[in-house]
Amino acid sequence: MSQLKLGRFSATNIALAVIAPAAAAIFSIIVSSLAVIASKKSPIDAYKTMWEFGTESASLMEAVNTATPYYIAAIAIAVTFRAGLFNIGVEGQLRLGALFSCYLGAMFVLPPVLHVAVVFIIAMVFGGLWASIAAYLKVKRGVNEVISTIMLNALAGGLSAYLLAQHFVVFEEGSNNLQTKELPASGQIPDLMPLLRKIGIEDQPGGGVYGMFFVAVALGLIFWFVVNRTRFGFELRATGLNPIAARVSGVNSKKMTVLALVISGAIAGLAGLPEVLGQTHAYDLGFRAGIGFSAIAVALLGRNSAGGMAFSALLFGFLEVSSRSLELIDVAPETYVIMQGSILLSSVIAFEIVRRLKLTLQSKELAKVVAA
Amino acid sequence: MSVAVELRHISKRFPGVIANKDVSIKVETGTVHALVGENGAGKSTVMKILYGMQRPDSGEILVNGNNVNFKNPNDAIGAGIGMVHQHFMLADNFTVLENIVLGSEPKNGITIDFKTARAKVIEMATQYGLEIDPDVLVEELGVGQRQRVEILKVLFRGARILIFDEPTAVLVPQEVDDLFAALEGLRAQGMAVIFISHKLDEVLRVADEVTVVRQGSTVAQVKSKDVTARQLAELMVGSELPQPSTSTHFQRPEITLALKDVSIPTKTGSRDLISHISFDLHAGEVIGIAGVEGNGQAELIEAIMGLREYTGSVEFQGASIDHFTVAHRHDAGIGLIPEDRQRQALMMNSPLWENRILGHQRGAPVMNGFVLDKKATIASTAKIMQEFDVRAPGPQTLAAALSGGNQQKFIVGREMSKAPALLLASHPTRGVDVGAQGAIWEVLRAARENGMAIVLISADLEELIGMSDRLLVMLRGVITAELDPATTTPEQLGSAMTGAA
Repeated sequence: MSQLKLGRFSATNIALAVIAPAAAAIFSIIVSSLAVIASKKSPIDAYKTMWEFGTESASLMEAVNTATPYYIAAIAIAVTFRAGLFNIGVEGQLRLGALFSCYLGAMFVLPPVLHVAVVFIIAMVFGGLWASIAAYLKVKRGVNEVISTIMLNALAGGLSAYLLAQHFVVFEEGSNNLQTKELPASGQIPDLMPLLRKIGIEDQPGGGVYGMFFVAVALGLIFWFVVNRTRFGFELRATGLNPIAARVSGVNSKKMTVLALVISGAIAGLAGLPEVLGQTHAYDLGFRAGIGFSAIAVALLGRNSAGGMAFSALLFGFLEVSSRSLELIDVAPETYVIMQGSILLSSVIAFEIVRRLKLTLQSKELAKVVAA
Repeated sequence: MSVAVELRHISKRFPGVIANKDVSIKVETGTVHALVGENGAGKSTVMKILYGMQRPDSGEILVNGNNVNFKNPNDAIGAGIGMVHQHFMLADNFTVLENIVLGSEPKNGITIDFKTARAKVIEMATQYGLEIDPDVLVEELGVGQRQRVEILKVLFRGARILIFDEPTAVLVPQEVDDLFAALEGLRAQGMAVIFISHKLDEVLRVADEVTVVRQGSTVAQVKSKDVTARQLAELMVGSELPQPSTSTHFQRPEITLALKDVSIPTKTGSRDLISHISFDLHAGEVIGIAGVEGNGQAELIEAIMGLREYTGSVEFQGASIDHFTVAHRHDAGIGLIPEDRQRQALMMNSPLWENRILGHQRGAPVMNGFVLDKKATIASTAKIMQEFDVRAPGPQTLAAALSGGNQQKFIVGREMSKAPALLLASHPTRGVDVGAQGAIWEVLRAARENGMAIVLISADLEELIGMSDRLLVMLRGVITAELDPATTTPEQLGSAMTGAA
């Protein structure tokens, strides 16, 4: 039965799939523990504190809320990774997407679901447009997309600050926060408390899980299907795996570059919305920075796969929220950055080792088949 | 005579190729020793082990009677072993002399002592019959002369045991003669030469002894005067040597491919890569494009496939396809076997069934509309693997795990599966073992009988002559001659390719 031995769900494959993340986890726990020990505290206490705080239902909900934009942004990055490109400009794209969708979305009132849909489209259009600058530069001028998207991030930061302060701002009585006009109720997305209450979760002071959670899940499913099961997805992956062979097979590489970057930007446009549509209902100075950068780590750790990125987004969300409790025992909460880093590094190494192991195993099996 | 190198019971497991098991070879000084075997049989691994690029799992290596343990090629060079690679590793913008000393420069204080180096190189060149002008730039040299530079480079480092990895693959017949004369010189000077090849007539011409490798093991060591090519072939595969002949013509009246004045101008305005190429190719006809590599054959194929912009016109089955994209041309019924399979035709880290899709992603059986039909793709992959004897555990095997010959068989099978009306075949049997070569020829011949037209490029002149109905010779981007394969010998073809005739 050698035909089936290295099939997708063979014992060897499952073992390899489990060993890699487990080894990576052990290594990163060791590194993080060293960091905690360096601040003269017991790592066991630290993990216990984090676990106790992190598993409270308010913390868990917040972890999910943190993970949701990470996941959407990671999908955006994964679209380009799969095509052998790297959109590092998700941060700028999601910021502009959020800013314009709040500003324009507050100008009209539509029936509830439709309004949200239009807000989504605005965010995607602006995210996609911003990314299309990098696509144009890449295809027409040969500018590396990593360089151009990094610079577009800086531009997006400045541009959004200028537009907010000078043109889009509305002043609230008694507040010195700069913000856009509040979205009408039809453009907001309610949280999932009504659903959560049904499964016996009580209200928490921090509010419930953002409704965008379901959007993120849907995006993940669509991403999986398109990448793995459609012609476009195949051509995208082929371009990433071997651009020359892809071109020889009839893929228009310029078109693929443009599509990958613009689609990535459009998805990125949505990544700024969970908090905006679910909680603040306006774009303001407090808009969360850094989603687009954390998402790079999420995409890398998740191996650009829908399931893997969901896991890593939730893991990062959990670590980020639960690590706040470290202050209670006088450990710097930034320890979680070390955790993030060591998890990422060790898993990248572990996956590479597994890839080579797999190849060696296949070669051995091949030798048997040929010799037979 | 003493034993220069001996490998005893070497075994090695190595990703991508068959394991070596129990390999034993004994090479005497002052002899040329050939190592022959099917592709994927493990010849390269044996040589990599001897040259320190791979370490054996078990067994021992003796050089001049001493047990050695090479950690890297530098150790091997230190022990007097040199390797002349199939692909030359020379700096084009350096002179011959500079290339030879590069990496082991004789020093004169802190400056390079070119005077001593020059004297030594000239002395070596005369001694071994490898005359060459030391002051000419390498970029001005032909393939045969570059190879000389490689040989001198190895000798300059003091090698007494020289490994040649398929040295004739890139040479035309006259250059082969020169190389063999040089090998005679090396032998006369008491060097031990290990000569890797799959061309049995050459092996019998040049080698004193022959070791045959089959499925990773050495199966025989014989004196070349005691065997015939046929016997060697049987030792290699245990079956008859196939012949690349298309005895009868199956040409049909309808024209499948017509090129009219096709040129590829360069952006810099220098000489066109190919210039004013015109020919008609009928259904059921094979046209062979002969030429030394780099004379425009590859570019011609790329133009027909739409991978390069060209001027002039390409007609396929009576209609112009100049406005067609690459994808259109695939789908219209043009099949392509690219010259570099790993770079142009495979996703090495993907399973075979995904590689099955490449180039065929726009229709059945792999696509159902825009959605991938995984089940049908896997079934179709399995069918190709069975029909073309692709030796791998199954469609889930990664392309990288296959040996080169099996990768090639898979690619040929993939292209043939759509029954193309026109096949552009660049080196369709390059690096493929004798058995598989025969199988591929058989498939191409059968398809031709059914009306498939073929544009064939090959460095194997016998394959070109044997398979083609017509031969076009390309030199510097221009068709310089049309020959009838029935009356052309490889030597005549070789002369035409270099412009000597």
